[in-house]
Amino acid sequence: MIPAKKQKEQTPHSSIPDEWFKPKEKNTDDAESVVRPSLSYWEDAWRRLRQNKLAMSGLIFLIVLGVMAVIGPWISPHDVDTQNLPNQNQAPSLNHWFGTDELGRDVFTRTWYGARISLFVGLMAALIDFFIGVAYGGLSGYKGGRTDNVMMRIIEILYGLPYLLVVILLLVVMGPSLLTIIIALTVTGWVGMARIVRGQVLQLKHNEFVMASQSFGAKTKRIIQKNLLPNTMGPIIVQMTLTVPTAIFAEAFLSFLGLGIQSPYASWGMMANDALGVILSGDWWRLFFPAFFISATMFAFNVLGDGLQDALDPKLRR
Amino acid sequence: MAKYILKRFIYMIVTVFIIATLTFFLMNLLPGSPFNEERTTNEAVQKNLEAHYHLDEPLVVQYVLYLKSIVTLDFGPSIKQPTETVNSLLGRGFPISAELGIWTILIALISGVALGVFAALKHNGVIDYIAMTIAVLGISIPNFVLATLLIQQLAVNLGVLPAATWSSPQHMVLPIVALATGPMAIIARLTRSSMLETLTQDYIKTARAKGLSPAKIIVKHALKNALMPVVTILGTLLAGVLTGTFVIEKIFAIPGMGKYFVEGINQRDYPVIMGTTVFYSAFLVLMLFLVDIAYGILDPRIKLHKEGGK
Repeated sequence: MIPAKKQKEQTPHSSIPDEWFKPKEKNTDDAESVVRPSLSYWEDAWRRLRQNKLAMSGLIFLIVLGVMAVIGPWISPHDVDTQNLPNQNQAPSLNHWFGTDELGRDVFTRTWYGARISLFVGLMAALIDFFIGVAYGGLSGYKGGRTDNVMMRIIEILYGLPYLLVVILLLVVMGPSLLTIIIALTVTGWVGMARIVRGQVLQLKHNEFVMASQSFGAKTKRIIQKNLLPNTMGPIIVQMTLTVPTAIFAEAFLSFLGLGIQSPYASWGMMANDALGVILSGDWWRLFFPAFFISATMFAFNVLGDGLQDALDPKLRR
Repeated sequence: MAKYILKRFIYMIVTVFIIATLTFFLMNLLPGSPFNEERTTNEAVQKNLEAHYHLDEPLVVQYVLYLKSIVTLDFGPSIKQPTETVNSLLGRGFPISAELGIWTILIALISGVALGVFAALKHNGVIDYIAMTIAVLGISIPNFVLATLLIQQLAVNLGVLPAATWSSPQHMVLPIVALATGPMAIIARLTRSSMLETLTQDYIKTARAKGLSPAKIIVKHALKNALMPVVTILGTLLAGVLTGTFVIEKIFAIPGMGKYFVEGINQRDYPVIMGTTVFYSAFLVLMLFLVDIAYGILDPRIKLHKEGGK
């Protein structure tokens, strides 16, 4: 070590060619070329999300599920509600890939049909929550003062209402159908979103860029839409991702109680409920497929939501 | 503090009032009277029936009578089971549901906090990873799916535990496990993240520097503060457990309040639906109120914030 160091010190400077010491011509064009390509917030978030294996597997599962929900019922040679009594309660086979139920209906077709219902209910609930929650929360947070006070009192009361109880009550009155389920789920469901948006807006509204907009005479709607919302998209997306499994659970729960989707249509909750009747006979596929897909879908949305939270808000990351 | 409690109390009353009113008018939106389908009754009998249930009075009178019945906690007779009153159904069902609910919350709290603390202490280790996977799974598997799977595996296939009813401690195991797993998972995740945050605080360093044993630091200094967020969501969790009992009681044939509620819905027995809904909501809102107050007492910052801020 020591001799080597000595040797290095002895290296004469003359071995470096003189032209290396000439000043380089100034070139402002690629002055920043050493810097890595600048990533937008979303590219950065996507990069972080991609590293999260659990979240990515959730995303992939959901994409596959979405594709199968669209094409699944077409692939299968059987109809969703064609009854075939001689073929009742058959185990999975080449003809019926997921077996049949007590009316001889094909469980494979019904599973993907259920996926359509679940995804539709989940996404619609998230979307409607988004519109109501953002408008309400944005207005409440931005206006502040008395408006905010009154709006928040309303939210606090709505928040105290037991969610599923209200949903059940509305369904009893409106009668079960896909539309009423979505209405019932969103009547009180937007409250969580409104609270999050309001909190974010409260933090953001005193920033200079909002003041700049105000001094240019921008209207409230424009400030909320153009200045405040883009800066709250992270938490909003996370909240939407986590709303979907709640809505899917609620739909399955209601269908399980017989208040949701009605026969002949299929929903995972209903299929699980039907399977309860044959639980003693050992027809495992009746329960397994709906149970697996409800749980896996909710799992996928939950891990994706967690991953998005980490990716979109790196400050919270541990 | 008194102001805070009073404010919460007024919210509570308003919420119950809104639910009661909503229930009443929603039920009255439904077309027809509950006796329309019983065609055999003659005019006089029909009149008497309607008079018995005050259905012949104007809506406003019915509403006032209804509010009175809530204040006096007398929800009137059941329509479909003439020998029963809503009160007798509630009186029979509530203790069983309460037993199920209390055990569920207790077990969810103890196991959830334990899981969360261990995960936080072994942050990013194998235990952390396993605990959090269990937690996400627990959140993702709906309680009714878990219940049916438990029955299928443990009761039918292995035969180690009874599958239904509510008569002995063994009978309680499966329903409680099915109902407690979801809340347990939520508590575990929350405890973990708040524990991780608390462990980085200066006072933990101070405690460590003083030479306190790790166990004492965790229990006395960290856990006490880390549990605050858990207290906040206790109300929401209670709501989840309470609605969860509907479906769990149905699956396990437990004669609790949820069973009567679901039966009431299926038979369109309006007094039963209205009575149980109002009772459930009032109970739940009362619990939320108590949780709020407990939170105010436990966290002195809340008082400062509420009274200093406004």
